[in-house]
Amino acid sequence: MRTEVNRLTFWEKFQGRFFSKSKYGKLFIYTILIIWSISTIFPLVWVFLNSFKPSREIITDTFKLPTDPTLQNYINAFDTIDIGRSYLNSFIMSGSVVFFVLFFGGLAAFVMARLSFRLRGALQTILVMSLLIPAFATIVPVYRMMIDLELVNTHLALIIPQTAGNLPFAILVISGYMATIPKELEEASLMDGCSRWKMFTKVFLPVSLPIFGTVGTFVFLWSYNDLFTSLVLVEQEHVRPIVVLLSHVSSQYGTDYGLMTAAIAMTVVPVIIFYLFAQKTIEKGATSGAVKG
Amino acid sequence: MKGDRLVIFLFLAPAFLISAIFLYYPFFENIVQSFYNTDGFFNSKFIGWDNYKRLFEDEIAIGATLNSLELMLYVAVFQVGIALVLAVMVDSIKHGVRFFRTTFFFPIVISGAAIGLLFTLIYNHRNGLLNEILVRLGFDRVLWLTEQSSLYMVAIPTIWSYVGFYFLIILTAIEKIPDDYYEAANLEGITGFQRMTKLTIPLIVSDLKTCLVLAITGALKIFELVYIITRGGPARSSEVLGTYMYQKAFNDGAIGYGATLAVLMVVIGLSLAFLTNKLLGNKDEVTY
Repeated sequence: MRTEVNRLTFWEKFQGRFFSKSKYGKLFIYTILIIWSISTIFPLVWVFLNSFKPSREIITDTFKLPTDPTLQNYINAFDTIDIGRSYLNSFIMSGSVVFFVLFFGGLAAFVMARLSFRLRGALQTILVMSLLIPAFATIVPVYRMMIDLELVNTHLALIIPQTAGNLPFAILVISGYMATIPKELEEASLMDGCSRWKMFTKVFLPVSLPIFGTVGTFVFLWSYNDLFTSLVLVEQEHVRPIVVLLSHVSSQYGTDYGLMTAAIAMTVVPVIIFYLFAQKTIEKGATSGAVKG
Repeated sequence: MKGDRLVIFLFLAPAFLISAIFLYYPFFENIVQSFYNTDGFFNSKFIGWDNYKRLFEDEIAIGATLNSLELMLYVAVFQVGIALVLAVMVDSIKHGVRFFRTTFFFPIVISGAAIGLLFTLIYNHRNGLLNEILVRLGFDRVLWLTEQSSLYMVAIPTIWSYVGFYFLIILTAIEKIPDDYYEAANLEGITGFQRMTKLTIPLIVSDLKTCLVLAITGALKIFELVYIITRGGPARSSEVLGTYMYQKAFNDGAIGYGATLAVLMVVIGLSLAFLTNKLLGNKDEVTY
């Protein structure tokens, strides 16, 4: 081992002397890290501040703080593009997706984790494989089915396929968590004469609440941000969610900078506030949801 | 327990029924559709391999595939590379870890549509953020979205917005390394940069592989940013498979051909994921 150490390359010695061991090294590291955080924060702050200026001032004084803050852009967002309605649509659709995914997914996860039956292994394999199916690969038939069911441009048109797409991920993550719950809990509830349904609602659901939270948050964000499926299935004005509205703004109101900044701010700010509150949950969900199709 | 068979059936049925009808069936039906010439909704005719032949003669499709692969390369190298550098740096500092975690990660939670709109404003010729900075510094305005540059211009937000995701995976992996490893290394006199190349990176190699596979398969699904920032233009210079598939199936009404493009995306995705796993000798499951 010692000889290994002695045979350092020049580059490693250089790194050791000038970066990791010296004060300048720390300074260098902090500089890089701060530059990257500025790159993530600054654009959003810029948009947010500009959203309180009239469009003309955005052009002439883009870096100044708003001299005469106005809410006109936000009023326009409600009046001309009806952003309130899109908000409502987004919450109805993504909220329903979360509810159905957690409800059906939770039931299935309980059985997958705690009961043994013949097809269990096969179902598990199917679930893992379904994570590899991207939305692109199902959208054409789904679109045709929705036309046949006369559901296109209704909330259900988005809720159903997004629920289907998120279920495998939810079942896998939730059942992974439920599998770690000690057997004693299950046995105790059996002694008390609980039925399986009671065992699920009274024991496993409460104990697994953290993972339900994680999965629910992540499914919500994933559904709320999914532009592709929404563009195909719920594109019309009265049902479109917020992401479809944004893409509409970019093509129809590309010169109305005030409206654009207000629309971005209104989409981003609630999510950021939500993120700051549920940070741990979201980070866990994102890394466990890594393989989502 | 008595009655378990019924419970198993009733608890599993809703979830698997929904997935079967709206996920598995469409997946296979999509492959069937790719052998049909379907224009609009009513005219559907079996045409064998014609859609696939059309694919190989379609210059736009070939261009879009190449663009997707090029983006994939940038994404794999820079997303994972930058994430690794940032994670090692954050791991080496004492103050502000929480702050950096938060700020690096939050672009992930913002929708691609909003980030796309944001970058439209940044690239804007007349008063975009970049050109305003240039003008303040005394330079001329630059036309950012040209045929030569457009692909890079969509690669930048794609990389930028997702670095935080891989950063978090890698940082979590680094933090999991037991302290005794480092103590032992200290006794051996291994510190600083050496510690990173000889200890940290070898220990997180399997996580890095996971990141690479995710970045590669994820790159094929790029849609929002391209759709909003460039719509695949100018002159198709930034067209990718996702946007082209959308355009063919849902704007041009060539539904059967759109299905064929989707099959192509799945085939490329699966073979590259398989290849990456094989090449890197990854025995771990791709799933956590």
